[in-house]
Amino acid sequence: MKEEIKITTPLDEEKVIQLKAGDLVKISGHIYSARDVAHKRFFELIEKGKKLPIDLKGQIIFYAGPTPTKPGHSCGSVGPTTSYRMDPYTPELLERGLKGMIGKGFRSKEVIDSMKKNKAVYFAAVGGVAALIARSVKKSEVIAYEDLGAEAIYKFYVEDFPAIVVVDSAGNNLYETEPPKYAK
Amino acid sequence: MNKIKSIKIKDKVKELFFKANYHINQDLMKLLQQAQKKETSPIGKHVLQMIIENSKIASREEVPICQDTGLAVVFVEVGQEVHLVDGDFREAINRGVREAYQEGYLRKSVVDDPVFERKNTKTNTPAIIYTDIVPGDKIKLLVMPKGFGSENMSAIAMLKPADGPEVIVNFVVGTVKNSGPNPCPPTIIGVGVGGTADRAMLIAEKAITRKMGEHNKHEKYAAMEKEILEKINNLGIGPAGLGGNITSLAVHIDYLPTHIAGMPVAVNVCCHAARHAEGIL
Repeated sequence: MKEEIKITTPLDEEKVIQLKAGDLVKISGHIYSARDVAHKRFFELIEKGKKLPIDLKGQIIFYAGPTPTKPGHSCGSVGPTTSYRMDPYTPELLERGLKGMIGKGFRSKEVIDSMKKNKAVYFAAVGGVAALIARSVKKSEVIAYEDLGAEAIYKFYVEDFPAIVVVDSAGNNLYETEPPKYAK
Repeated sequence: MNKIKSIKIKDKVKELFFKANYHINQDLMKLLQQAQKKETSPIGKHVLQMIIENSKIASREEVPICQDTGLAVVFVEVGQEVHLVDGDFREAINRGVREAYQEGYLRKSVVDDPVFERKNTKTNTPAIIYTDIVPGDKIKLLVMPKGFGSENMSAIAMLKPADGPEVIVNFVVGTVKNSGPNPCPPTIIGVGVGGTADRAMLIAEKAITRKMGEHNKHEKYAAMEKEILEKINNLGIGPAGLGGNITSLAVHIDYLPTHIAGMPVAVNVCCHAARHAEGIL
């Protein structure tokens, strides 16, 4: 088992290019949630030439919608949703400086090409371990699109958020390289 | 005649959704622990360890196992000697769901119109309710919060009778292969064969709630379950799709008589958080 690499947000090109597919990472700092509808709204703003509710430069978007926070906890259960639904919107966000995404599952060729071009990284968090992941979220607040409920944009402050680099900025893709090693 | 008040149904539905969302069943836990021992990929082993650890935290703290607390599916078997009193039956179930999701810190994931408005109903209702009338004077409730990461990977094929078991096996394995990491492997695969297109999917979904890893009583279907599971695990997808020997924990097939001209096959994919709970009134 590889040693875990600690990284802090925001990310820059120098940090991103050091991360390699297969690295286990612990992320600390602020990350932002955005799912289907938030992406759609970002796109509508971009088309109208308007400012987005968050400055994406160097940031990580976590494809997630938490459960409501139980009293005494800092965040509800939270884990990744399947990323491919955000693919149509992603290259545009990468062009605007987004450096990392946390989700689960396949990405399109267009997304991976744009990640290579713009030097960005795609992390997988393990799906369905939301109570465990929530422990790394120390603070959570809704900062935009409150009307969307669980689909609102949350700003999370995380410490040692567990993730795995699945697609690195050179386009190496763990989802393609690992399964054949175990296929019979 | 057994008189059952609607409030009893509401309370039971609520209790079962709490239980299903916070606590995984022991049969599933056993399969996960066996898988953790069997997995040879280091990352796969690590992922399975996280899954086991997560379910312990969720259970101890009574918080949701997964943030996708699902679309609320409720299977009801109503004994024909039951007399439902004091309120509307479907409303009682929906009230149980509403209260569970509001009071239990569960995520509300239902939109009213699937295409145009997609406005969140903020109550996680309406639930998907299936009702069967059966002999007896009891009501059996089986609840299943169905997450959509895995539901989205489900598929149906209207095969030809001449296709035989081999094409069924290939279709199921192919569906799992195409879904790769998306449905949160290790998955549980429900397969429904026969009936009509809709019935095939229904029995596929319900098959997931069978005791984990228990085989179909029909020897040939049991053999097909074993063959499919082996072929799926030979794909190498592994836990979280990061490579490994354990891609699915179980394959459950159910079948129904069908038309002379057809052989419907439905595959219902369920993530490792295969949540369901049942109770009797």
